Amino acid sequence: MLHKYRWYEYVLIYAGLAVFLTFVLAPFVEAFVVSMRPLTSLFSIPYRFITDKMSFDAYFTMWENVPLLWMYMLNSFFIATAVTVLGLICIIPAAYAFARFEFPARNSLLGIFIAVNMFSGAVLIIPLFKLMQQYGLLNTYFAMIAPGTAFVIPTGIWLLRSYLVRIPKELEEAAWVDGAGKIYTLWRVIIPVALPGIVVVTITAFITAYAQQFIFALTFNSVNELNPLPVGLFQFFGRQNVVWNELMAASLVGILPVLFVYVFLQRYIVAGLTAGAVKE
Amino acid sequence: MAHTAKKRDYFPYLLLVPATLVMVAIVAYPLYETFRLSFTNTSMSPNFEYVGLDNYEKLMSRRFPEVIARTFYWMSLSVALKMLIGTLGAVLLNAMVPGRTLFRILVMPPWVIPIAIGVFIWGWMYNGQFGMISGLAQRVGILDAPFEFLAYKNSAFMATIVTDVWIGVPMVTLYLLASMQSISKDLYEAAWVDGASRFYRFRRITLPLIIPSIATMALLSAIATFNSFDIIWILTEGGPRGATTTMIIDTYKTAISRFKYGEGAARTVMIVLFLGSFMFVYFLLLSRLAKRSPNNAA
Repeated sequence: MLHKYRWYEYVLIYAGLAVFLTFVLAPFVEAFVVSMRPLTSLFSIPYRFITDKMSFDAYFTMWENVPLLWMYMLNSFFIATAVTVLGLICIIPAAYAFARFEFPARNSLLGIFIAVNMFSGAVLIIPLFKLMQQYGLLNTYFAMIAPGTAFVIPTGIWLLRSYLVRIPKELEEAAWVDGAGKIYTLWRVIIPVALPGIVVVTITAFITAYAQQFIFALTFNSVNELNPLPVGLFQFFGRQNVVWNELMAASLVGILPVLFVYVFLQRYIVAGLTAGAVKE
Repeated sequence: MAHTAKKRDYFPYLLLVPATLVMVAIVAYPLYETFRLSFTNTSMSPNFEYVGLDNYEKLMSRRFPEVIARTFYWMSLSVALKMLIGTLGAVLLNAMVPGRTLFRILVMPPWVIPIAIGVFIWGWMYNGQFGMISGLAQRVGILDAPFEFLAYKNSAFMATIVTDVWIGVPMVTLYLLASMQSISKDLYEAAWVDGASRFYRFRRITLPLIIPSIATMALLSAIATFNSFDIIWILTEGGPRGATTTMIIDTYKTAISRFKYGEGAARTVMIVLFLGSFMFVYFLLLSRLAKRSPNNAA
């Protein structure tokens, strides 16, 4: 058989996978173990993986020592959600235009949108900072939401466009023949049919927005109550005496929402990551 | 003629309005501003003067070419490792062994979580006194004393690369895995019937057919790596003694930490030139692949 392996091939494959997955997952295991250790055994030499008196204490004490932890998590969630919603408002019509209509300069316009992918927030941080300052937008949610939105749009358009291209044209032509307006057709015919594609784009945009809040919040925001989780915790990371077990506990609780989303929707996420690029 | 029958249709442009507005406000106008600022001595105060090419002349000093060289060294090493580990990972995950669905799910977490949070964890692991890496290395006998990875130039340089690779590998792996799975099974069966060994099949079927994907991914990965900010900023802030100061970090320090917006903008213009040339190569590659694809048996 084609896929029958000899015993030593099994050994090789599993050994390779073990090394590979150890590299990928070891930090998570270590973070979890650290969050369980009391500080005294955390700062003991020599290093031991399992120490005595392991407990979930840090998961309770962190709420007192990081009083704004709830706020950070809610802010992260709120900013990512706002970026995703604003992103979709831009992505859906644009992807529809690129997928369905012939118009002059269509391909070059699409190329320009894709080219935006080469920038990150870090490249444009100086003018953005000056603009936010000029319009009094520093230290607002807006300053953290608007730049993030721009950077989820190109990938979103690319992904959704390749999905929309595959929807049969007859569908909307039938609607037009029946006298439906073009916006009505997009809203009542295309969007319902394209829902699986939109789900992929939504998840990809949300994860990107959740992952990339750091630099905007670090640069545009100095009001602690508005900080998303990464910057909120960064303040504790920078201190002389980092309370590592609580920092790790807070980090793990903070990534729980996205891990949750990922585990249940991973099929869509992997599809979104790989679809557009491989097939085109 | 077709165009006489149809009246000019503005609808598609209408559909592009929201996306275009965001792009103009967040990308195009700031980009123009960057060029303008780069010819000024703008700083904290509201007054500024146009200083011609002064900011660019200052970049000619010895320090900045060093930053460029370091950026490319950092990027090349990181991308090379990502592609190597990602290809190996994809080959392993492509093997039809029990448990493969679970293994594929387990690859993604570093990409899914906020970058900054993953970096916090690495920050602890690099800790010399109590961190896992130094601790385990001492147990096994590789190190005989605690080693503070982020305190020395070379080790800090490598440490930031390892963390960057850790964050980038899941994406590369799954992308190449998808590319491998799109190869027709018939090819493998035909080769198998002819008695080709597994390694031979990999070298003569899999590898040639995924090379375009590897090239595409390497370019995308290079762009992302060039833009990398969070990892270095959190771990070392560009230190020790500038050892991990890439162009992005250098620009951020100049403009945001030292308020020299004009000089920072000149650095940004250099970054945009480099990124633009990467993007140019990327589009070139895509159009060449698009021309070739109809002949692809796969």
